[in-house]
Amino acid sequence: MPNMSPDKVKMPEQEPDVRNKNFLEVALGYTPEMAQEEAKRCLQCKNKPCVAGCPVNVKIPEFIQHVANGEFEKAYEKITETNSLPAICGRVCPQESQCEKLCVRGIKGEPVAIGRLERFVADWFMQNSKPQAKSIQKNGTKVAVIGSGPAGLTCAGDLVNLGYDVTIFEAFHTPGGVLMYGIPEFRLPKALVQKEIDSLKQLGVEIKTNMVIGKVLSLDELKDEGYKAMFIGTGAGLPNFMGIPGENLNGVYSSNEFLTRINLMKAYLFPQYGTPVKVGKNVAVVGGGNVAMDAARSAKRLGAENVYIVYRRSEKELPARLEEIHHAKEEGIIFKLLTNPTKIIGTDEGWVKGIECVEMELGEPDSSGRRRPVVKKNSEHIIDVDTVIIAIGQSPNPLIKSTTKGLDTHDWGGIIVEEATGATSKEGVYAGGDAVTGAATVILAMGAGKTAAKAIDEYLRND
Amino acid sequence: MYKIVKKETLSPAVKLMKINAPYVARKAEPGQFIILRVDEFGERCPLTIADYDREEGTVTIIFQEVGQTTKSLGMLEEGQDILDFVGPLGVASHFEGIKKAAVIGGGLGTAIAYPQAKKLHEMGAEVHSIVGFRNKDLIILESEMSKASSKLIITTDDGSNGTKGFVTDELKKLIEEGNTYDLVIAIGPLIMMKAVSNLTRPYGIKTVVSMNPVMIDGTGMCGGCRVTVGGKTKFACVDGPDFDGHEVDFDEAMRRQLMYKNHERQSLEDHKCNLGGETNA
Ligand SMILES: Cc1cc2nc3c(=O)[nH]c(=O)nc-3n(C[C@H](O)[C@H](O)[C@H](O)COP(=O)(O)OP(=O)(O)OC[C@H]3O[C@@H](n4cnc5c(N)ncnc54)[C@H](O)[C@@H]3O)c2cc1C
Ligand SMILES: Cc1cc2nc3c(=O)[nH]c(=O)nc-3n(C[C@H](O)[C@H](O)[C@H](O)COP(=O)(O)OP(=O)(O)OC[C@H]3O[C@@H](n4cnc5c(N)ncnc54)[C@H](O)[C@@H]3O)c2cc1C
Ligand code: SF4
Ligand code: SF4
Ligand code: FES
Repeated sequence: MPNMSPDKVKMPEQEPDVRNKNFLEVALGYTPEMAQEEAKRCLQCKNKPCVAGCPVNVKIPEFIQHVANGEFEKAYEKITETNSLPAICGRVCPQESQCEKLCVRGIKGEPVAIGRLERFVADWFMQNSKPQAKSIQKNGTKVAVIGSGPAGLTCAGDLVNLGYDVTIFEAFHTPGGVLMYGIPEFRLPKALVQKEIDSLKQLGVEIKTNMVIGKVLSLDELKDEGYKAMFIGTGAGLPNFMGIPGENLNGVYSSNEFLTRINLMKAYLFPQYGTPVKVGKNVAVVGGGNVAMDAARSAKRLGAENVYIVYRRSEKELPARLEEIHHAKEEGIIFKLLTNPTKIIGTDEGWVKGIECVEMELGEPDSSGRRRPVVKKNSEHIIDVDTVIIAIGQSPNPLIKSTTKGLDTHDWGGIIVEEATGATSKEGVYAGGDAVTGAATVILAMGAGKTAAKAIDEYLRND
Repeated sequence: MYKIVKKETLSPAVKLMKINAPYVARKAEPGQFIILRVDEFGERCPLTIADYDREEGTVTIIFQEVGQTTKSLGMLEEGQDILDFVGPLGVASHFEGIKKAAVIGGGLGTAIAYPQAKKLHEMGAEVHSIVGFRNKDLIILESEMSKASSKLIITTDDGSNGTKGFVTDELKKLIEEGNTYDLVIAIGPLIMMKAVSNLTRPYGIKTVVSMNPVMIDGTGMCGGCRVTVGGKTKFACVDGPDFDGHEVDFDEAMRRQLMYKNHERQSLEDHKCNLGGETNA
């Protein structure tokens, strides 16, 4: 008998007032009993609407059936047929707009907690499985992967399993991309990402850190070093600013800088770790996506008293995952919606002391279908803050493009690829993830890495 | 890991190290820099590439011990390793068509200016170097600079060696004596680069300065290194570090440099015990 409860089995979480002072994971994960109970809410629909909502088409009803039966290892094998990073996706996918959006249980109540179940299965497997040395028949062909975010890691994983000698080149001193330097510890524990990276290394993937491709080696030089094909997964790292007065005052951060200091450089453990971060007492975070939520919640955890999310559209348009918005509110983040900054105000010594904003109202829908915010007359006001974090989006970094002849990009910087294969305008060079789409999601980046791995394999076989 | 193959003390707080980093050495050009991390807990610390040897696969850095990172780096010895060393970063200096140049170094800026003087000299340009220090004990790279220059003037603030006064006084003298420079390169404290830029502006001499804002990634990803040049925001790590001195907003840069003052003091206080010494910054 399926479990007909209209609600998901509740996820155990740290209390808001406790967790907003630490960097430990917020959501604690299901127990096996909870997972089995939730799994029983799945109706095993014949036409599997949920699967179509998942960008990598995880075999959702099948894996959930295994969970319901208590066959967790089998569930894991089922998921990993199409998704190589389930512990991560279960935590960070925007399920409400993907798999769970189409779940029939969502029509009259909450959808099946597909993400939570995926996370449970992955965590269970990590704790209970014994790593077994897998023997892969090597084919001796070298492939280079540039960037070690989810796109690069997935592409490398698929290629190494096909027998290629894969080397990942990463600019930072730590691999993992946004999973390491962007998404905070309290949402995605770094040890977990590290485990995924370690298992790739065990399969034989070589990771060279501190290698800024385009500077230390060009794509053509990589080719000369014997790499027969390449995958560019360099992400969208270039921070956008607003272009309003006062953006270079002391106390104004890009979300990238703020989060990198905290996550990658571990500024929350300063002075044990050498990198500082200045949080201030009152913080305004401009933007409404996952990045803005992460920055706001990190600022709160580092002791800020009042943290504002300043967003120019309404709650409905907030692009962040529902769960993050919900968690942010619980933790005391103050939402200033329909509010747009016009100027950052500084002291004589050049430090932020406030942010001037106008109120907005929603007008006609724009090209994206969202109602366009327009300025309300005489609504100027100042919010007193000493720190401003700008989280209004990122674009692909121009470094590789500017040092590679024959690599075509859009005006906004995204690398142009053939959608079905990830092939770029340069022979043997493939690309995917945020470097191609602009800032998107982990699962889409993974999907692009998979697509490219398959295409690279075909390309090299026909070579 | 990147091995320290040579270490030298140039002046009490200034050290030179040759680091084994073949990939960086292969591509390095004057004007570029590296970012290093001494150990797991360390900051990412940008330092100019003072020299390189492509065959040997080494990169030379010269640094002043001003805070926690540079002090822990200074405590490492030949044969020991640095955890991370990434580069070459930034835009290389362009010297095409330069026949005569003045290279101005302020204090440690001399180390950053040296590779540029050397490159100009090797290209056959006439190089006049003016380098200034607080006192004679702080003078560094005297013989190197003199080899790379057809004229070398060393000034000290207290006159303890050679000429008393500021580098700008000497540059002004040279210009007024009728030297026509295609290029002035000024590298040192912001206040000095600002003074040099103000001096050369009325003469219309192209002046390049090297901006050293706080950096993290060095690849254009954090925006922490932003400087205003000609009214536009630039990222020093990818658009620079060299910029047109007549266009740089030095006052903003000076304010931004103070952002982490208190943290730096705290970091140093907390580490003083294991560094065993006074600060001389
Ligand atoms: C704070 C934050 C929160 C987010 N939250 C979510 C979320 O909850 N759910 C979700 O689905 N998505 C989220 N995203 C988006 C998601 O993280 C990205 O879409 C995804 O990481 C893109 O993957 P990628 O592999 O394309 O690039 P990235 O993860 O950006 O990785 C690119 C890697 O390439 C390296 N690199 C760049 N240039 C070079 C070079 N020249 N040479 C060598 N290496 C280079 C970079 O250092 C980096 O390691 C979030 C993003 C941020 C910033
Ligand atoms: C492109 C570039 C090239 C440089 N080249 C040299 C060089 O060849 N030799 C040399 O001695 N120094 C150089 N510097 C400066 C050097 O990076 C700093 O002195 C060093 O990071 C200080 O670290 P600390 O922990 O020892 O001192 P701290 O106590 O942290 O800081 C002391 C001073 O260094 C500045 N500083 C701190 N952190 C950074 C950072 N991440 N990036 C830049 N500046 C910082 C601070 O504003 C402060 O004035 C360069 C800086 C840049 C940006
Ligand atoms: S990968 Fe993401 S979208 Fe797909 S099933 Fe899992 S949580 Fe849903
Ligand atoms: S749509 Fe929902 S109920 Fe139906 S199979 Fe998918 S998860 Fe189960
Ligand atoms: S150091 Fe981060 S953008 Fe320049």
